[in-house]
Amino acid sequence: MATAQLEIQAIAAVTAVGCSLVGVFLVLRRMAMMSDAISHAILLGIVVAFFVVGDITSPLLVVAAAATGLLTVGLVEMLHRTRLVREDAAIGLVFPALFSLGIILISRYAGDVHLDTDVVLLGELAFAPFDRLIVGETDIGPKHLYLMGGITLVNLLFIAAFFKELKLATFDAGLAAALGFSPALIHYSLMGMVSLTVVGAFDAVGLILVVALMVGPPATAYLLTDRLPRLIALSCLFGVVAAVSGYWMAHWLDTSIAGCIATMVGIVFGIVYLAAPQRGLVAVARRRALQKWEFAQTMLAIHLFQHEGLPEAATECRPEHLQDHLRWEPAFAKRVVNIATDQGLVIQHGELLVLTDNGRALAEQAMVQ
Amino acid sequence: MSLFQDFLLDYTLRNVALGSAVLGITSGALGVFAMLRQQSLLGDTISHAALPGIVLAFLVTGSKEPLVLILGAALSGWLAALMIMAIIRTTHLKSDTALGLVLSVFFGLGLVLLSSLQKRPDASQAGLDNFLFGQAAALMEKDLLTMASLGGLALVVVLVFWKEFKLLSFDPDYGAIVGFPVRSLDILLTSLVVFAIVIGLQTVGVVLMSAMIVAPAAAARQWTDRLSVMVMLSALFGALAGVAGAVLSSLTPRLPTGPTIVLCITTIVGLSFLFASNRGLVWHKVRHWRHRRHLQIEAVLVDLYRLASQHAHPDQVSHATSVLRTMTPTVGVRRSLRELVAREWVQQRSPNQWSLTPAGLAEAQRLVEISGLEEA
Repeated sequence: MATAQLEIQAIAAVTAVGCSLVGVFLVLRRMAMMSDAISHAILLGIVVAFFVVGDITSPLLVVAAAATGLLTVGLVEMLHRTRLVREDAAIGLVFPALFSLGIILISRYAGDVHLDTDVVLLGELAFAPFDRLIVGETDIGPKHLYLMGGITLVNLLFIAAFFKELKLATFDAGLAAALGFSPALIHYSLMGMVSLTVVGAFDAVGLILVVALMVGPPATAYLLTDRLPRLIALSCLFGVVAAVSGYWMAHWLDTSIAGCIATMVGIVFGIVYLAAPQRGLVAVARRRALQKWEFAQTMLAIHLFQHEGLPEAATECRPEHLQDHLRWEPAFAKRVVNIATDQGLVIQHGELLVLTDNGRALAEQAMVQ
Repeated sequence: MSLFQDFLLDYTLRNVALGSAVLGITSGALGVFAMLRQQSLLGDTISHAALPGIVLAFLVTGSKEPLVLILGAALSGWLAALMIMAIIRTTHLKSDTALGLVLSVFFGLGLVLLSSLQKRPDASQAGLDNFLFGQAAALMEKDLLTMASLGGLALVVVLVFWKEFKLLSFDPDYGAIVGFPVRSLDILLTSLVVFAIVIGLQTVGVVLMSAMIVAPAAAARQWTDRLSVMVMLSALFGALAGVAGAVLSSLTPRLPTGPTIVLCITTIVGLSFLFASNRGLVWHKVRHWRHRRHLQIEAVLVDLYRLASQHAHPDQVSHATSVLRTMTPTVGVRRSLRELVAREWVQQRSPNQWSLTPAGLAEAQRLVEISGLEEA
């Protein structure tokens, strides 16, 4: 594996971790679409700052972009607070407007600089290793790796330092406010971190991948666990898995790396969605099927228990009667009786079904419940 | 005048304007239902999710016929909408998460397909990337026909199911109780929104088409509370913004169509938020200000009454402005007094001396009575 390949994967993986860290809180706070809004809107900040500074590499661009992210959050809140529109509509109004302004400015006035609308959407991860960070005379690695590494570290420190506050404000905003934490301050700090992460990631991986990495891995992890620390750890893991596997997919198919990583995010989610041990579709379907048979057996036991030792038992406790009384199909009834016999709940005495002690216990227990 | 002549004579410009009008009407009308059902951001996801469908339709058929591409877009947009519904129904993930996930994954897949297509040696795929930001100038007559027939069809379905959709938008639970097939209606309405989105993709682009669903509806909402009026207004706003934006961008070099249309509709939204009759923020402010003014005037009248009622003949005595200023911590005492003089409730005895008229006395007594304020 060439160094450039390794470096691309490292950048992608670090970006995935950085995005997943803040993404967990976006998903938990039901603000996942905010990542979409912020990532579109920051384009305007970058373009305006570029016109002011005239230099595409200036750090001021990052600051301006992050500020635009916060501006977006503020505008959405302001619109929402007028009570003229709901919050989702407010998001849907604000970011297309800001993004449009950015796109128009680029295509009218910046047609020939390195600020291409395609790059904005896609990013160009393949070229990221060419942008080196040089200290003194020595080349110490690709610039993006340090940028994203730094941002990820800041995210990590932010979450570690304010873990308790974030957790409380996320799960019980009312209690947080009553205890004297400012939910607004926590909200805006988190949004500040999201903006910063989007800005850092955007240049390397494009804005769509930013959304995929902020929403996908936490959503996947949320299918597996309810505990916050585990949720964060699993999100980072899924992010890295998607980043690395996406890179290789792009390598084999010779196509967009960012697009492939986003696709892998979807595939990883799909696998977990189907196969998660507790909440996966397969597990749920199996549990439902199992419950169907369990319920049928309980029904059978209760039915037999009701008529046990009474004169009508001779007619009521015959397998054929189940069709009339419980409205079971003959095949279904036969299977239920077979399973119940296997499990030692009933035994067949000639034509009659008789409960065992276990079967009686089951019926009694079910009726008490 | 010359623009009007251009419009009649210029084939391209006519196509552009008509096409944008069709897309504006359709997305405006259906956007109302999306907004009322709190699905504003669903449009964002569907429009992004249409990208892989467009590219796949081209890959499979090798044709760039508008109908083929639009059907491809509709199919993948529809699939995305169904996936979102499935994720929300079968997991504990919330709608925003499902929307963000499906949006980014479908769009990522679309970019993968698009970029592998661009590596082909021939230029057969040229023009597909117009779907990202829209290119109204490329609208042909057959595009127009496709858009108009699909859009018309969607609107006819809305008319046929008007009552059902109305119920679904305002009280789906009641609809379910009285026996409407709510889930099928939900899917039908969402499918119509998908159609409204995909017919606009060529003009506005996948990235910004969502604004055409949200914004006209949000603007129309401010002007009326009636669904029928709202749908018509929203369609009108959509058409206005569509035509204005598309014509502007066709006449100006290097002005992309989608963003221009979005800025036009945003302007309409802004004006509606500010000036809409009744709900507009400006009128709200004016009402607030008038109300405050009214309260200030009443307060001064009551103060004057309190001072005067200490005397045997309340309408004979007069009091100084400075005394009134100390009574209630309110601004504009002199202005209020002048207004009271104009209403003939107060008389100005000298530059700084004021007294109640008999009418003013009666009014002040009435105010004190209804407010339950007792004299100190």
